[in-house]
Amino acid sequence: MKTKVIMPKLGESVVEGTVNRWLKKQGDAVSEFEPLLEVSTDKVDTEVPAPASGVVLAIYIAEGQTVEAGSLLAVIGEAGESLLHDDPPATTALIATNGTTPSKSPVTGHVTPVVARMVAEHNLDLSQIQGTGRGGRVTKHDVEAFLKSDKTAPAAELAPWEQPGEGSLFKPTVEYTDSIAAKSPVGAHSPTGVSFGHRAPLQPTTAPAQQRLHPVEPIPQAAPGELVSLTPMRKFIAEHMVRSVETSPHVTTVFEIDMSAVVAHREANKTEFAKLGVNLTLTAYFVAASVSALRANPYLNAEWRSDGIFLHHAAHIGMAVAIEGGLIVPVIKNAQDLNLMGTARTVNDLALRAREKRLKADETQGGTFTITNHGVSGSLFATPIINQPQAGILGIGVMEKRVKVINDAIAIRPCIYTSLSFDHRIADGATGDGFMLTLKQTLENWA
Amino acid sequence: MATITLIDAIRMAMDEELARDERVFITGEDVGKRGGVFRATQGLYEKYGESRVIDSPLAELSIVAVGIGAAMAELRPICEIQFADYIHPAFNQIVNEAAKTYYRSNGEWRVPLTIRAPYGGGIGGGLYHSQSVESFFAHVPGLKVVIPSTPHDAKGLLKSAVRDPNPVLFFEPKKGYRAIKGEVPETDYTVPIGPARIAREGQDISVFAYGMMAHYAVMAAEKVAREDGIDAEVVDLRTLLPVDKQAILDSVKKTSKALVVYEDNLTMGYGAEVAAIIADEAFEFLDGPVKRLAGPDVPAMPFNHTMQEYFMVNPDKIAAAIRDLTAY
Repeated sequence: MKTKVIMPKLGESVVEGTVNRWLKKQGDAVSEFEPLLEVSTDKVDTEVPAPASGVVLAIYIAEGQTVEAGSLLAVIGEAGESLLHDDPPATTALIATNGTTPSKSPVTGHVTPVVARMVAEHNLDLSQIQGTGRGGRVTKHDVEAFLKSDKTAPAAELAPWEQPGEGSLFKPTVEYTDSIAAKSPVGAHSPTGVSFGHRAPLQPTTAPAQQRLHPVEPIPQAAPGELVSLTPMRKFIAEHMVRSVETSPHVTTVFEIDMSAVVAHREANKTEFAKLGVNLTLTAYFVAASVSALRANPYLNAEWRSDGIFLHHAAHIGMAVAIEGGLIVPVIKNAQDLNLMGTARTVNDLALRAREKRLKADETQGGTFTITNHGVSGSLFATPIINQPQAGILGIGVMEKRVKVINDAIAIRPCIYTSLSFDHRIADGATGDGFMLTLKQTLENWA
Repeated sequence: MATITLIDAIRMAMDEELARDERVFITGEDVGKRGGVFRATQGLYEKYGESRVIDSPLAELSIVAVGIGAAMAELRPICEIQFADYIHPAFNQIVNEAAKTYYRSNGEWRVPLTIRAPYGGGIGGGLYHSQSVESFFAHVPGLKVVIPSTPHDAKGLLKSAVRDPNPVLFFEPKKGYRAIKGEVPETDYTVPIGPARIAREGQDISVFAYGMMAHYAVMAAEKVAREDGIDAEVVDLRTLLPVDKQAILDSVKKTSKALVVYEDNLTMGYGAEVAAIIADEAFEFLDGPVKRLAGPDVPAMPFNHTMQEYFMVNPDKIAAAIRDLTAY
C-alpha cells in the first residue's frame, strides 16, 4: 500500500515550503512518525514525520527546492512495490537525493551485448528505458524506441497528483531573491557600502510572499539544441565511412607536388580544348597521372579478398564531387583508355551531371581507385577515408604559391600537397610512396 | 521461362552440360537405361549414349573412385550416389583421395568431380533413405558442399559444380524433388558456388537454413508475419562449404537475433558451425542467444509415420522457435 508524503501547510498564511534536508534516502526503511525530512518556511523550520511505515520508494523534490504546500514530496510503500502500475515507467522517479536511481533491471537481470553497446554508444541510462523483453529485459528494440522518443517529456500516464507542483511557487527560492535584489539598489543594506551581489538582502518576510501571489513572467527554458533528421544520403555516407574505417587499416602519406609544369601546360592548351567544348581542369591531369601511377604500382588498384588480393587490370577512377547535402563519387570507367582530352571531357560531364543529380546508377559503381579534391575548400592536406572495397584514395590539397629551394636558389612555385590514404593490408608504406612518387614525377614532368 | 520441378531443373542442368562439354559424363546406379530411380537422368542415356551415361555396379566406392580417376584424367564426371545414405562406402575415396589430391600434389593434380546425391527425409524412407550427410563432408577442407533449395538454384549451382575444378558434393533435398517448383530459364546460366541467398528480407530475426528447411523457414516466416507481426529474415545458405560468412554476419548485425535450422541431428550438425561463427564474430550485435532448431539426436529417421513427423523439422516448429527467440 503506497502512501504519499505531502508538503505540509505549516501555518495559516504559509503557502510553500523548502526542503532543507532529507533524513532518509530512497530505499531506506522508515517507521510511522519517524522524522523523514526537514523543511523550512517563512515562519518556521521543522521536521516532517513519515505518515506511514515502509520503505521510501521515491523522492521527488531535492534538497533546496521550494514547493507549494500540498505538493508530492515522496512515496512510501512496501519494498519492491512499483510506483504506478505493474510495469512502472522509469520517469516516475525524477530525483534521487543520494545519486542512485531505482534499479529497473528485469528478473533475469542481464544486458545483452547489443544493448550494452547501444547504451554505451549513446550514453544512456539503462534504468530509464522500459523493457518489453522476457522478464522485463530491455531489448534492442526498446533502446531503439527510446532513442526515437522525446526523453525529456514526462510520461503521459502520470496522474496529476503524481507530478511535482507546477507554477511559480515551484521555482527554487534563489531565483526570487535574485529578482528582489534587482529591484533594490546594490549595497543599500550594507553599512560599508560593499555590494552583496546576489545575496538575499534583508526584506520584510511578507513582501516576497505577496509578490509571489501575483503572476510572474515565466523564465524561458533554454532549448539544448535541435534534432536534424538523417537524409538517406547522410545515412549512406555514415554507414560507408564507419564500415571503411573498420575494414581497412588506414595509413596516409603526404607528398608535395610542384605543379608548374602542369600549370604551364594547361595555360598553353586550355584554349584549344575549349574549342572542342572541353574545360581543361587540374582534375583531368590528376586522373591521368593517377592512371600512370596505378599502372606502375598495381597494388593500389586492388581489392582485398578473403582468398587473396585482386589486382584490377583496368583503372576505373572515382572522382568525389561535393553536392548539396553530401557527396557522390561518379566513376571514370577505363580511364587508361582516355588521353588528356578524353579524361577532361569525362570529368566535366560527370561533375556536371553529379551536381544536377543526373548520374545513372552504374556510373557510381565499379570504381577501383578514388580521387577527392578537398583543396577546393582550402584544405592543405588531409587523411581521406578509403572508398570500399578499394585499396587507396588520393586527396588533392589547395594549390598555392610556395617558396621552394631549387638548385640552391629560392624559387616561387605553385604547389599542392597530395595525400594518399591506403589500406595497409594490401600495400605497405613503400608501395604507397611508390605510387606517390610516380604521380609526382608524372605531374612535375608534364610536357 | 518455364516453371519446373527441382528434379527437372537438375536434369536440365546435366543435359546442358553433357551437350556443352564432351568431357562431361554421368555414372551411377540405374542412371542409364532406367533413367535414375528419381528420373533425374531420364532420357539422357537415349540422347547421349552409353559412353556418356554409364550404369555402374552396385558399389559406391567404385563409383566415386572411377570418378576421381576420370577427373584426374581431365574428364568431368558427375557421379550419382543413389541415396546419400549409401555414400559411406565411398567416404574414404572422397575424404582421403578427392579432397586431398590437389593439396597433396602441390597444385599439380586437380579433381574436377561432382558427386550428386538425394538427401533428407520426410518421404517414408526410414533408416537408409532419409539421412543428412552434409556435416561429414563440410568438415573436410578440399571439398565443396552445395545444397540448393530452388529449381533455379539447382540448375545454376549444378552447372557451376560441374565446371568447378574442385570436388563438389551436391546434395539434393529429395522431399522437394517434385514438391518444389519454380521458374528456370532455358539459357546457359550459372549460380556461383559460395554466396548465400536472402530468401526473405526481414528486420526482427535472422533464420539460417538450406535445402528443404529453407522452404519451411520461408513458410514459417510468412506465418509469423501474418499472425504475430514478426518480420523474419530467411537466409538460404546454398553453399555449406565454403560458407558465406559475410552474409551470415550482415544478417545478424541487422536483426541481432539468430536461429539456425537444419534437418540433421542437432549435435555436430552443420548448423552448429553457423552458430559458432555467429557467436564468435557477431557477439556484440546479439540481442539473444544463438538458437539451433534441428532433428533429435536419434540414430536414424524413424520409419513409423508419426515418429517420422516427430523427427522432421516443419514450418510450425520453425514458427514456434521464431516466436520464442523474438520474445526473448
